[in-house]
Amino acid sequence: MKNQTKAKINKGFYSSLKISSYICCGIALTALVGVILFVMIRGTGHISLQLLFGDPKDGDTILPAFLGTLRLVAVSILLAVPLGIFTAVFLVEYMRGKGKLVRLIRLTVETLAAIPSIVYGLFGYLVFVVALSWGYSMWGGGITLAVMILPTIVRSTEESLLSVPDSYREGALALGASKVRTIFKVTLPSASSGIVTSVVLAVGRVVSESAVLILTVGMVVNKIPAALTEPGTSLALDIYYFANFGKPDEAAATAVVLLLFVLALNLLAALCGKLIRKKYGDNA
Amino acid sequence: MKEFDTELGISVTGCNLWYGELQALKNIDMEIAEREITAFIGPSGCGKSTFLKTLNRMNDLVENCRIEGRFIIGGVDIYAKDTDVNLLRKNVGMVFQKPNPFPMSVYDNIAFAPRTFGIKKRSELDEIVEKSLRRASIWDDLKDRLKKSALGLSGGQQQRLCIARALAAEPKILLMDEPTSALDPISTGKIEDLMSELKTELTIVIVTHNMQQATRIADKTAFFYLGELIEYAETETLFTTPKDRRTENYITGRFG
Ligand SMILES: Nc1ncnc2c1ncn2[C@@H]1O[C@H](COP(=O)(O)OP(=O)(O)OP(=O)(O)O)[C@@H](O)[C@H]1O
Ligand SMILES: [Mg+2]
Repeated sequence: MKNQTKAKINKGFYSSLKISSYICCGIALTALVGVILFVMIRGTGHISLQLLFGDPKDGDTILPAFLGTLRLVAVSILLAVPLGIFTAVFLVEYMRGKGKLVRLIRLTVETLAAIPSIVYGLFGYLVFVVALSWGYSMWGGGITLAVMILPTIVRSTEESLLSVPDSYREGALALGASKVRTIFKVTLPSASSGIVTSVVLAVGRVVSESAVLILTVGMVVNKIPAALTEPGTSLALDIYYFANFGKPDEAAATAVVLLLFVLALNLLAALCGKLIRKKYGDNA
Repeated sequence: MKEFDTELGISVTGCNLWYGELQALKNIDMEIAEREITAFIGPSGCGKSTFLKTLNRMNDLVENCRIEGRFIIGGVDIYAKDTDVNLLRKNVGMVFQKPNPFPMSVYDNIAFAPRTFGIKKRSELDEIVEKSLRRASIWDDLKDRLKKSALGLSGGQQQRLCIARALAAEPKILLMDEPTSALDPISTGKIEDLMSELKTELTIVIVTHNMQQATRIADKTAFFYLGELIEYAETETLFTTPKDRRTENYITGRFG
Protein backbone atom coordinates (compact mmCIF):
# COMPACT_ATOMS: atom_id res chain seq x y z
CA MET A 1 0.00 0.00 0.00
CA LYS A 2 2.60 2.44 1.16
CA ASN A 3 4.95 1.40 -1.61
CA GLN A 4 2.26 1.88 -4.18
CA THR A 5 1.58 5.47 -3.19
CA LYS A 6 5.30 6.12 -3.14
CA ALA A 7 5.62 4.75 -6.65
CA LYS A 8 2.73 6.95 -7.72
CA ILE A 9 4.33 10.04 -6.25
CA ASN A 10 7.60 9.13 -7.91
CA LYS A 11 5.87 8.71 -11.20
CA GLY A 12 4.21 12.09 -10.89
CA PHE A 13 7.46 13.67 -9.87
CA TYR A 14 9.35 12.25 -12.80
CA SER A 15 6.77 13.12 -15.38
CA SER A 16 6.64 16.69 -14.11
CA LEU A 17 10.42 16.81 -14.36
CA LYS A 18 10.17 15.57 -17.89
CA ILE A 19 7.56 18.15 -18.82
CA SER A 20 9.52 21.01 -17.27
CA SER A 21 12.68 19.95 -19.05
CA TYR A 22 10.74 19.98 -22.34
CA ILE A 23 9.50 23.47 -21.52
CA CYS A 24 12.98 24.76 -20.66
CA CYS A 25 14.40 23.25 -23.78
CA GLY A 26 11.63 24.90 -25.77
CA ILE A 27 12.29 28.31 -24.25
CA ALA A 28 16.04 28.06 -24.87
CA LEU A 29 15.53 26.96 -28.46
CA THR A 30 12.98 29.70 -29.10
CA ALA A 31 15.37 32.31 -27.75
CA LEU A 32 18.25 31.10 -29.89
CA VAL A 33 16.26 30.59 -33.05
CA GLY A 34 14.49 33.89 -32.34
CA VAL A 35 17.75 35.83 -32.29
CA ILE A 36 18.94 34.23 -35.51
CA LEU A 37 15.57 34.66 -37.25
CA PHE A 38 15.29 38.25 -36.09
CA VAL A 39 18.74 39.16 -37.38
CA MET A 40 18.10 37.32 -40.64
CA ILE A 41 14.73 38.94 -41.26
CA ARG A 42 15.87 42.36 -40.23
CA GLY A 43 19.13 42.24 -42.16
CA THR A 44 18.87 40.03 -45.24
CA GLY A 45 16.87 42.56 -47.21
CA HIS A 46 19.52 45.19 -46.73
CA ILE A 47 22.37 43.16 -48.10
CA SER A 48 23.36 44.75 -51.37
CA LEU A 49 26.20 44.36 -53.81
CA GLN A 50 27.44 47.79 -52.79
CA LEU A 51 27.48 46.81 -49.15
CA LEU A 52 29.26 43.54 -49.83
CA PHE A 53 31.77 44.32 -52.53
CA GLY A 54 31.31 48.01 -53.34
CA ASP A 55 34.00 50.57 -53.82
CA PRO A 56 34.40 52.47 -50.57
CA LYS A 57 34.17 55.71 -52.58
CA ASP A 58 30.56 54.98 -53.59
CA GLY A 59 29.26 54.55 -50.06
CA ASP A 60 29.31 52.12 -47.15
CA THR A 61 30.86 48.74 -47.80
CA ILE A 62 31.91 45.93 -45.53
CA LEU A 63 34.53 44.57 -47.91
CA PRO A 64 37.31 46.17 -45.82
CA ALA A 65 35.78 44.63 -42.72
CA PHE A 66 35.61 41.21 -44.34
CA LEU A 67 39.25 41.40 -45.42
CA GLY A 68 40.17 42.81 -42.02
CA THR A 69 38.50 39.92 -40.23
CA LEU A 70 40.34 37.42 -42.40
CA ARG A 71 43.65 39.14 -41.73
CA LEU A 72 43.06 39.27 -38.00
CA VAL A 73 42.14 35.59 -38.00
CA ALA A 74 45.26 34.77 -39.99
CA VAL A 75 47.64 36.75 -37.79
CA SER A 76 46.23 35.62 -34.47
CA ILE A 77 45.81 31.96 -35.41
CA LEU A 78 49.22 31.67 -37.03
CA LEU A 79 50.79 33.09 -33.89
CA ALA A 80 48.69 31.49 -31.21
CA VAL A 81 48.11 27.98 -32.53
CA PRO A 82 51.73 26.81 -32.90
CA LEU A 83 52.71 28.56 -29.70
CA GLY A 84 49.74 27.13 -27.81
CA ILE A 85 50.19 23.60 -29.11
CA PHE A 86 53.90 23.54 -28.32
CA THR A 87 53.30 24.95 -24.87
CA ALA A 88 50.73 22.24 -24.20
CA VAL A 89 53.05 19.53 -25.58
CA PHE A 90 55.80 20.80 -23.33
CA LEU A 91 53.54 20.78 -20.28
CA VAL A 92 51.99 17.38 -20.88
CA GLU A 93 54.76 15.40 -22.56
CA TYR A 94 57.87 16.83 -20.95
CA MET A 95 56.84 18.29 -17.60
CA ARG A 96 54.62 15.52 -16.31
CA GLY A 97 55.40 14.58 -12.75
CA LYS A 98 57.00 17.96 -12.13
CA GLY A 99 53.88 18.85 -10.17
CA LYS A 100 54.42 22.24 -8.62
CA LEU A 101 55.74 24.13 -11.61
CA VAL A 102 53.10 22.70 -13.92
CA ARG A 103 50.37 23.56 -11.44
CA LEU A 104 51.64 27.13 -11.26
CA ILE A 105 51.72 27.44 -15.04
CA ARG A 106 48.28 25.89 -15.29
CA LEU A 107 46.88 28.31 -12.74
CA THR A 108 48.33 31.22 -14.67
CA VAL A 109 46.91 29.93 -17.93
CA GLU A 110 43.49 29.42 -16.38
CA THR A 111 43.49 32.91 -14.92
CA LEU A 112 44.50 34.36 -18.26
CA ALA A 113 41.67 32.48 -19.94
CA ALA A 114 39.14 34.03 -17.58
CA ILE A 115 40.19 37.67 -17.98
CA PRO A 116 37.63 39.85 -19.83
CA SER A 117 38.73 40.75 -23.32
CA ILE A 118 38.68 44.48 -22.64
CA VAL A 119 41.68 43.94 -20.36
CA TYR A 120 43.56 42.34 -23.23
CA GLY A 121 42.48 45.29 -25.32
CA LEU A 122 43.90 47.69 -22.80
CA PHE A 123 47.13 45.68 -22.73
CA GLY A 124 47.37 45.81 -26.53
CA TYR A 125 46.64 49.51 -26.51
CA LEU A 126 49.28 50.28 -23.90
CA VAL A 127 51.91 48.08 -25.50
CA PHE A 128 51.45 48.44 -29.24
CA VAL A 129 49.69 51.75 -29.65
CA VAL A 130 51.38 53.69 -26.88
CA ALA A 131 54.68 52.12 -25.81
CA LEU A 132 55.83 50.88 -29.21
CA SER A 133 54.04 53.79 -30.86
CA TRP A 134 52.78 51.69 -33.76
CA GLY A 135 49.55 53.63 -33.54
CA TYR A 136 46.39 51.67 -34.35
CA SER A 137 47.31 48.73 -36.55
CA MET A 138 46.14 45.33 -37.73
CA TRP A 139 49.36 43.86 -36.37
CA GLY A 140 48.73 45.22 -32.90
CA GLY A 141 45.17 43.89 -33.00
CA GLY A 142 46.20 40.51 -34.36
CA ILE A 143 48.92 40.02 -31.78
CA THR A 144 46.64 41.09 -28.95
CA LEU A 145 44.01 38.63 -30.14
CA ALA A 146 46.67 35.94 -30.28
CA VAL A 147 47.55 36.63 -26.66
CA MET A 148 43.86 36.54 -25.81
CA ILE A 149 43.17 33.12 -27.37
CA LEU A 150 46.48 31.56 -26.36
CA PRO A 151 45.38 30.38 -22.88
CA THR A 152 42.27 28.68 -24.24
CA ILE A 153 44.26 26.89 -26.89
CA VAL A 154 46.87 25.77 -24.37
CA ARG A 155 44.19 24.52 -21.98
CA SER A 156 42.17 22.57 -24.50
CA THR A 157 45.22 21.12 -26.24
CA GLU A 158 46.45 19.99 -22.83
CA GLU A 159 43.11 18.32 -22.16
CA SER A 160 43.21 16.57 -25.52
CA LEU A 161 46.77 15.36 -24.96
CA LEU A 162 45.97 14.13 -21.46
CA SER A 163 43.08 12.12 -22.83
CA VAL A 164 45.39 10.20 -25.17
CA PRO A 165 45.96 6.83 -23.46
CA ASP A 166 49.52 6.20 -22.26
CA SER A 167 49.37 2.82 -23.95
CA TYR A 168 49.74 4.63 -27.31
CA ARG A 169 52.88 6.39 -26.14
CA GLU A 170 54.31 3.18 -24.67
CA GLY A 171 53.47 1.31 -27.85
CA ALA A 172 55.32 3.79 -30.03
CA LEU A 173 58.36 3.99 -27.76
CA ALA A 174 58.52 0.20 -27.49
CA LEU A 175 58.77 0.06 -31.30
CA GLY A 176 61.92 2.14 -31.17
CA ALA A 177 60.37 5.52 -31.95
CA SER A 178 62.01 8.53 -30.34
CA LYS A 179 60.01 10.73 -28.02
CA VAL A 180 59.66 13.45 -30.64
CA ARG A 181 58.47 10.98 -33.26
CA THR A 182 56.01 9.52 -30.76
CA ILE A 183 54.59 12.97 -30.11
CA PHE A 184 54.28 13.98 -33.75
CA LYS A 185 53.18 10.68 -35.24
CA VAL A 186 51.03 9.21 -32.50
CA THR A 187 50.13 11.52 -29.63
CA LEU A 188 49.28 14.72 -31.50
CA PRO A 189 47.33 12.95 -34.28
CA SER A 190 45.35 11.08 -31.63
CA ALA A 191 44.53 14.39 -29.97
CA SER A 192 43.91 16.24 -33.20
CA SER A 193 40.14 16.28 -33.23
CA GLY A 194 40.08 18.03 -29.85
CA ILE A 195 42.78 20.43 -30.96
CA VAL A 196 40.91 21.32 -34.15
CA THR A 197 37.77 22.01 -32.16
CA SER A 198 39.65 24.35 -29.87
CA VAL A 199 41.20 26.20 -32.82
CA VAL A 200 37.82 26.69 -34.40
CA LEU A 201 36.38 28.02 -31.16
CA ALA A 202 39.33 30.39 -31.02
CA VAL A 203 38.64 31.58 -34.55
CA GLY A 204 35.06 32.17 -33.49
CA ARG A 205 36.24 34.34 -30.63
CA VAL A 206 38.52 36.33 -32.92
CA VAL A 207 35.74 36.85 -35.44
CA SER A 208 33.29 38.07 -32.85
CA GLU A 209 35.69 40.13 -30.74
CA SER A 210 35.19 43.89 -30.75
CA ALA A 211 36.42 45.36 -27.46
CA VAL A 212 40.03 44.41 -28.13
CA LEU A 213 39.89 45.80 -31.64
CA ILE A 214 38.46 49.18 -30.74
CA LEU A 215 41.52 49.73 -28.60
CA THR A 216 44.11 48.25 -30.94
CA VAL A 217 43.17 48.38 -34.64
CA GLY A 218 41.13 51.53 -34.25
CA MET A 219 37.92 51.62 -36.24
CA VAL A 220 38.74 52.95 -39.66
CA VAL A 221 35.77 51.70 -41.60
CA ASN A 222 35.18 51.91 -45.30
CA LYS A 223 38.84 51.90 -46.20
CA ILE A 224 40.83 48.88 -47.28
CA PRO A 225 44.03 48.95 -45.26
CA ALA A 226 47.09 48.88 -47.47
CA ALA A 227 49.20 46.94 -45.01
CA LEU A 228 49.04 45.19 -41.67
CA THR A 229 50.72 48.21 -40.13
CA GLU A 230 47.66 50.34 -40.86
CA PRO A 231 44.54 50.71 -38.75
CA GLY A 232 41.49 48.90 -40.02
CA THR A 233 38.21 47.30 -39.13
CA SER A 234 36.46 43.95 -38.85
CA LEU A 235 32.92 42.71 -39.34
CA ALA A 236 32.14 42.95 -35.65
CA LEU A 237 33.55 46.47 -35.51
CA ASP A 238 31.47 47.48 -38.54
CA ILE A 239 28.32 46.36 -36.77
CA TYR A 240 29.26 48.48 -33.82
CA TYR A 241 30.06 51.39 -36.09
CA PHE A 242 26.87 51.18 -38.13
CA ALA A 243 24.70 50.79 -35.06
CA ASN A 244 26.42 53.67 -33.35
CA PHE A 245 26.15 56.04 -36.29
CA GLY A 246 22.48 55.71 -37.07
CA LYS A 247 22.65 53.01 -39.70
CA PRO A 248 20.66 50.12 -38.22
CA ASP A 249 19.89 48.59 -41.62
CA GLU A 250 23.53 48.25 -42.54
CA ALA A 251 24.28 46.97 -39.02
CA ALA A 252 21.67 44.24 -39.40
CA ALA A 253 22.91 43.31 -42.85
CA THR A 254 26.48 43.05 -41.56
CA ALA A 255 25.25 40.92 -38.69
CA VAL A 256 23.74 38.50 -41.20
CA VAL A 257 27.09 38.25 -42.98
CA LEU A 258 28.86 37.66 -39.67
CA LEU A 259 26.36 34.97 -38.72
CA LEU A 260 26.83 33.19 -42.03
CA PHE A 261 30.58 33.45 -41.59
CA VAL A 262 30.44 31.81 -38.18
CA LEU A 263 28.05 29.17 -39.49
CA ALA A 264 30.42 28.33 -42.33
CA LEU A 265 33.23 28.09 -39.82
CA ASN A 266 31.34 25.64 -37.64
CA LEU A 267 30.44 23.49 -40.61
CA LEU A 268 34.08 23.47 -41.61
CA ALA A 269 35.03 22.40 -38.11
CA ALA A 270 32.49 19.60 -38.11
CA LEU A 271 33.83 18.44 -41.46
CA CYS A 272 37.44 18.54 -40.25
CA GLY A 273 36.47 16.62 -37.15
CA LYS A 274 34.71 13.99 -39.22
CA LEU A 275 37.62 13.58 -41.62
CA ILE A 276 40.07 13.26 -38.75
CA ARG A 277 37.91 10.73 -36.95
CA LYS A 278 37.66 8.76 -40.16
CA LYS A 279 41.41 8.82 -40.61
CA TYR A 280 42.30 7.86 -37.04
CA GLY A 281 39.49 5.55 -36.10
CA ASP A 282 36.55 6.01 -33.82
CA ASN A 283 37.74 7.03 -30.39
CA ALA A 284 40.37 9.50 -31.55
CA MET B 1 76.41 0.97 -31.14
CA LYS B 2 77.14 -2.61 -32.09
CA GLU B 3 74.53 -4.57 -34.00
CA PHE B 4 72.71 -7.11 -31.89
CA ASP B 5 73.80 -10.67 -32.44
CA THR B 6 70.92 -13.10 -32.79
CA GLU B 7 73.03 -16.02 -31.73
CA LEU B 8 73.35 -14.64 -28.26
CA GLY B 9 70.66 -14.64 -25.66
CA ILE B 10 70.09 -12.41 -22.68
CA SER B 11 72.36 -12.35 -19.67
CA VAL B 12 71.46 -10.47 -16.51
CA THR B 13 73.62 -10.33 -13.41
CA GLY B 14 72.99 -8.60 -10.11
CA CYS B 15 69.76 -6.89 -11.10
CA ASN B 16 68.26 -4.71 -8.38
CA LEU B 17 65.46 -2.28 -9.06
CA TRP B 18 63.74 0.32 -6.92
CA TYR B 19 60.59 2.34 -7.52
CA GLY B 20 61.38 5.18 -5.13
CA GLU B 21 61.79 3.44 -1.78
CA LEU B 22 60.19 0.18 -2.84
CA GLN B 23 62.62 -2.49 -3.98
CA ALA B 24 60.78 -4.36 -6.71
CA LEU B 25 63.60 -6.65 -7.89
CA LYS B 26 66.23 -8.25 -5.68
CA ASN B 27 69.53 -9.57 -6.93
CA ILE B 28 68.36 -11.35 -10.01
CA ASP B 29 70.81 -13.35 -12.12
CA MET B 30 69.40 -14.91 -15.24
CA GLU B 31 70.53 -16.33 -18.55
CA ILE B 32 67.85 -16.53 -21.22
CA ALA B 33 68.63 -18.78 -24.15
CA GLU B 34 68.10 -17.69 -27.75
CA ARG B 35 65.34 -19.19 -29.91
CA GLU B 36 63.47 -20.54 -26.97
CA ILE B 37 60.35 -19.52 -25.15
CA THR B 38 60.96 -18.53 -21.56
CA ALA B 39 57.97 -18.01 -19.30
CA PHE B 40 57.86 -15.85 -16.16
CA ILE B 41 55.32 -16.94 -13.57
CA GLY B 42 54.57 -15.83 -10.04
CA PRO B 43 51.92 -14.14 -7.93
CA SER B 44 50.66 -10.66 -8.72
CA GLY B 45 53.08 -7.87 -7.81
CA CYS B 46 56.16 -10.12 -7.64
CA GLY B 47 57.96 -8.13 -10.31
CA LYS B 48 57.50 -10.13 -13.53
CA SER B 49 56.48 -7.16 -15.63
CA THR B 50 59.12 -5.01 -14.01
CA PHE B 51 61.87 -7.48 -14.87
CA LEU B 52 60.53 -7.88 -18.40
CA LYS B 53 60.60 -4.13 -18.88
CA THR B 54 64.21 -3.84 -17.79
CA LEU B 55 65.09 -5.83 -20.91
CA ASN B 56 63.95 -3.14 -23.35
CA ARG B 57 64.45 -0.26 -20.93
CA MET B 58 60.77 0.65 -20.69
CA ASN B 59 61.40 1.37 -17.02
CA ASP B 60 63.29 4.45 -18.17
CA LEU B 61 59.87 6.06 -18.53
CA VAL B 62 59.05 5.58 -14.87
CA GLU B 63 59.87 8.50 -12.64
CA ASN B 64 62.10 7.56 -9.64
CA CYS B 65 63.01 4.16 -11.01
CA ARG B 66 66.58 3.13 -10.15
CA ILE B 67 68.24 0.12 -11.71
CA GLU B 68 71.45 -1.72 -10.83
CA GLY B 69 73.13 -4.64 -12.52
CA ARG B 70 74.59 -5.78 -15.82
CA PHE B 71 72.25 -6.49 -18.69
CA ILE B 72 73.92 -7.99 -21.73
CA ILE B 73 71.83 -8.64 -24.84
CA GLY B 74 73.55 -9.89 -27.95
CA GLY B 75 76.88 -8.88 -26.53
CA VAL B 76 75.76 -5.32 -25.86
CA ASP B 77 75.54 -3.75 -22.42
CA ILE B 78 72.10 -2.23 -22.82
CA TYR B 79 72.46 0.24 -19.94
CA ALA B 80 75.82 1.56 -21.12
CA LYS B 81 75.97 5.30 -21.68
CA ASP B 82 76.41 5.05 -25.44
CA THR B 83 73.56 2.59 -25.96
CA ASP B 84 70.97 3.76 -28.44
CA VAL B 85 67.71 3.03 -26.62
CA ASN B 86 65.65 3.31 -29.79
CA LEU B 87 67.79 0.74 -31.55
CA LEU B 88 67.58 -1.49 -28.48
CA ARG B 89 63.78 -1.32 -28.54
CA LYS B 90 63.74 -2.04 -32.25
CA ASN B 91 65.68 -5.23 -31.57
CA VAL B 92 63.82 -6.15 -28.41
CA GLY B 93 60.15 -5.84 -29.28
CA MET B 94 57.31 -5.78 -26.79
CA VAL B 95 53.68 -6.86 -26.79
CA PHE B 96 51.51 -5.52 -24.02
CA GLN B 97 48.79 -7.09 -21.90
CA LYS B 98 46.08 -4.89 -23.35
CA PRO B 99 46.15 -4.69 -27.14
CA ASN B 100 47.19 -1.14 -27.99
CA PRO B 101 46.84 -0.57 -31.72
CA PHE B 102 47.33 3.07 -32.68
CA PRO B 103 44.24 4.91 -33.87
CA MET B 104 45.25 4.62 -37.51
CA SER B 105 44.76 2.16 -40.32
CA VAL B 106 45.95 -1.44 -40.04
CA TYR B 107 48.57 -0.65 -42.67
CA ASP B 108 49.93 2.41 -40.89
CA ASN B 109 50.11 0.48 -37.63
CA ILE B 110 52.34 -2.17 -39.18
CA ALA B 111 54.37 0.35 -41.17
CA PHE B 112 55.07 2.44 -38.08
CA ALA B 113 58.36 0.83 -37.06
CA PRO B 114 59.79 0.43 -40.60
CA ARG B 115 59.00 4.09 -41.24
CA THR B 116 60.66 5.00 -37.97
CA PHE B 117 63.81 3.37 -39.24
CA GLY B 118 63.76 5.18 -42.54
CA ILE B 119 61.92 2.93 -44.97
CA LYS B 120 59.79 5.14 -47.20
CA LYS B 121 59.34 3.25 -50.45
CA ARG B 122 55.77 2.13 -50.89
CA SER B 123 56.66 -1.20 -52.46
CA GLU B 124 59.05 -2.03 -49.67
CA LEU B 125 56.49 -1.08 -47.02
CA ASP B 126 53.79 -3.12 -48.78
CA GLU B 127 56.08 -6.11 -48.64
CA ILE B 128 56.89 -5.66 -44.94
CA VAL B 129 53.22 -5.19 -44.05
CA GLU B 130 52.21 -8.37 -45.83
CA LYS B 131 55.12 -10.37 -44.44
CA SER B 132 54.50 -9.20 -40.87
CA LEU B 133 50.79 -9.91 -41.02
CA ARG B 134 51.53 -13.36 -42.45
CA ARG B 135 54.04 -14.07 -39.69
CA ALA B 136 51.38 -13.13 -37.15
CA SER B 137 48.96 -15.38 -39.11
CA ILE B 138 46.41 -12.66 -39.52
CA TRP B 139 46.96 -11.75 -43.16
CA ASP B 140 43.89 -13.63 -44.36
CA ASP B 141 41.67 -11.86 -41.82
CA LEU B 142 42.99 -8.42 -42.60
CA LYS B 143 44.19 -8.30 -46.19
CA ASP B 144 40.96 -6.61 -47.30
CA ARG B 145 40.89 -4.16 -44.41
CA LEU B 146 44.38 -2.70 -44.56
CA LYS B 147 43.02 0.80 -45.00
CA LYS B 148 40.46 0.46 -42.20
CA SER B 149 41.03 1.73 -38.69
CA ALA B 150 42.73 -0.80 -36.45
CA LEU B 151 40.39 0.15 -33.61
CA GLY B 152 37.52 -1.59 -35.36
CA LEU B 153 39.11 -5.04 -34.99
CA SER B 154 38.17 -7.59 -32.34
CA GLY B 155 40.36 -7.94 -29.26
CA GLY B 156 42.08 -11.07 -30.55
CA GLN B 157 42.69 -9.51 -33.95
CA GLN B 158 44.02 -6.37 -32.29
CA GLN B 159 46.50 -8.39 -30.25
CA ARG B 160 47.73 -10.28 -33.28
CA LEU B 161 47.97 -6.96 -35.10
CA CYS B 162 50.16 -5.71 -32.26
CA ILE B 163 52.35 -8.79 -32.60
CA ALA B 164 52.59 -8.16 -36.34
CA ARG B 165 53.43 -4.53 -35.63
CA ALA B 166 56.24 -5.60 -33.32
CA LEU B 167 57.49 -8.14 -35.87
CA ALA B 168 57.63 -5.47 -38.56
CA ALA B 169 60.54 -3.91 -36.67
CA GLU B 170 62.45 -7.19 -37.25
CA PRO B 171 63.22 -7.73 -33.57
CA LYS B 172 65.56 -10.50 -32.41
CA ILE B 173 63.78 -10.82 -29.10
CA LEU B 174 60.09 -10.49 -28.34
CA LEU B 175 58.86 -9.65 -24.84
CA MET B 176 55.22 -10.43 -24.17
CA ASP B 177 53.48 -9.31 -20.99
CA GLU B 178 50.41 -11.49 -20.47
CA PRO B 179 49.56 -11.20 -24.16
CA THR B 180 46.52 -13.45 -23.97
CA SER B 181 44.98 -12.51 -20.64
CA ALA B 182 42.33 -10.35 -22.30
CA LEU B 183 41.45 -12.91 -24.95
CA ASP B 184 39.08 -15.83 -25.44
CA PRO B 185 40.46 -19.41 -25.61
CA ILE B 186 40.38 -19.56 -29.42
CA SER B 187 42.37 -16.35 -29.88
CA THR B 188 44.68 -17.50 -27.09
CA GLY B 189 45.29 -20.79 -28.89
CA LYS B 190 46.09 -18.95 -32.11
CA ILE B 191 48.62 -16.76 -30.37
CA GLU B 192 50.23 -19.74 -28.64
CA ASP B 193 50.60 -21.53 -31.98
CA LEU B 194 52.06 -18.37 -33.36
CA MET B 195 54.66 -18.17 -30.61
CA SER B 196 55.74 -21.75 -31.19
CA GLU B 197 56.27 -20.90 -34.86
CA LEU B 198 58.11 -17.69 -34.13
CA LYS B 199 60.60 -19.27 -31.79
CA THR B 200 62.41 -20.81 -34.72
CA GLU B 201 63.46 -17.28 -35.59
CA LEU B 202 63.49 -15.34 -32.37
CA THR B 203 63.80 -15.46 -28.63
CA ILE B 204 60.52 -15.05 -26.78
CA VAL B 205 60.01 -14.11 -23.16
CA ILE B 206 56.44 -14.27 -21.93
CA VAL B 207 54.83 -13.32 -18.64
CA THR B 208 51.81 -15.44 -17.86
CA HIS B 209 49.42 -16.16 -15.03
CA ASN B 210 48.22 -19.23 -16.80
CA MET B 211 50.35 -22.20 -15.77
CA GLN B 212 48.86 -24.47 -18.42
CA GLN B 213 49.99 -21.92 -20.92
CA ALA B 214 53.52 -22.05 -19.56
CA THR B 215 53.58 -25.85 -19.74
CA ARG B 216 52.13 -25.79 -23.26
CA ILE B 217 54.58 -23.41 -24.85
CA ALA B 218 57.58 -22.59 -22.68
CA ASP B 219 60.93 -24.33 -22.90
CA LYS B 220 62.09 -22.81 -19.62
CA THR B 221 60.09 -21.30 -16.80
CA ALA B 222 61.13 -18.84 -14.12
CA PHE B 223 59.24 -18.47 -10.87
CA PHE B 224 59.36 -15.04 -9.24
CA TYR B 225 58.28 -14.31 -5.70
CA LEU B 226 58.40 -10.95 -3.89
CA GLY B 227 60.94 -9.51 -6.27
CA GLU B 228 63.23 -12.53 -6.23
CA LEU B 229 63.90 -15.15 -8.83
CA ILE B 230 63.19 -18.28 -6.82
CA GLU B 231 63.56 -21.00 -9.34
CA TYR B 232 64.44 -21.18 -13.00
CA ALA B 233 64.56 -24.46 -14.90
CA GLU B 234 63.30 -26.48 -17.83
CA THR B 235 59.52 -26.09 -17.77
CA GLU B 236 58.90 -29.78 -17.23
CA THR B 237 61.39 -30.00 -14.41
CA LEU B 238 59.99 -26.93 -12.70
CA PHE B 239 56.43 -28.18 -12.80
CA THR B 240 57.11 -31.82 -11.97
CA THR B 241 59.98 -31.62 -9.50
CA PRO B 242 60.20 -28.10 -8.10
CA LYS B 243 63.19 -27.68 -5.78
CA ASP B 244 61.87 -24.79 -3.72
CA ARG B 245 58.97 -25.05 -1.29
CA ARG B 246 57.55 -21.70 -2.52
CA THR B 247 57.53 -22.83 -6.13
CA GLU B 248 55.75 -25.99 -5.16
CA ASN B 249 53.15 -24.09 -3.16
CA TYR B 250 52.54 -21.73 -6.06
CA ILE B 251 52.19 -24.32 -8.79
CA THR B 252 49.96 -26.49 -6.69
CA GLY B 253 47.75 -23.47 -6.08
CA ARG B 254 48.38 -23.05 -2.39
CA PHE B 255 48.87 -19.32 -2.72
CA GLY B 256 48.91 -16.48 -5.24
N1 LIG C 1 55.49 2.46 -12.15
C1 LIG C 1 55.58 1.98 -10.89
N2 LIG C 1 55.79 2.81 -9.86
C2 LIG C 1 55.89 2.35 -8.59
N3 LIG C 1 55.76 1.05 -8.27
C3 LIG C 1 55.53 0.17 -9.25
C4 LIG C 1 55.43 0.60 -10.62
N4 LIG C 1 55.21 -0.51 -11.38
C5 LIG C 1 55.17 -1.54 -10.54
N5 LIG C 1 55.37 -1.16 -9.26
C6 LIG C 1 55.43 -2.04 -8.07
O1 LIG C 1 56.45 -2.99 -8.28
C7 LIG C 1 56.05 -4.27 -7.84
C8 LIG C 1 56.15 -5.24 -8.99
O2 LIG C 1 55.20 -4.90 -9.97
P1 LIG C 1 55.03 -5.66 -11.34
O3 LIG C 1 54.07 -4.88 -12.17
O4 LIG C 1 56.35 -5.92 -11.91
O5 LIG C 1 54.37 -7.02 -10.86
P2 LIG C 1 53.86 -8.24 -11.73
O6 LIG C 1 54.57 -9.43 -11.24
O7 LIG C 1 53.93 -7.93 -13.16
O8 LIG C 1 52.35 -8.34 -11.27
P3 LIG C 1 51.05 -8.72 -12.14
O9 LIG C 1 51.08 -10.18 -12.24
O10 LIG C 1 49.92 -8.23 -11.30
O11 LIG C 1 51.17 -8.01 -13.44
C9 LIG C 1 54.64 -4.10 -7.31
O12 LIG C 1 54.73 -3.99 -5.91
C10 LIG C 1 54.16 -2.83 -7.92
O13 LIG C 1 53.25 -2.18 -7.06
MG1 LIG D 1 52.50 -7.54 -14.70
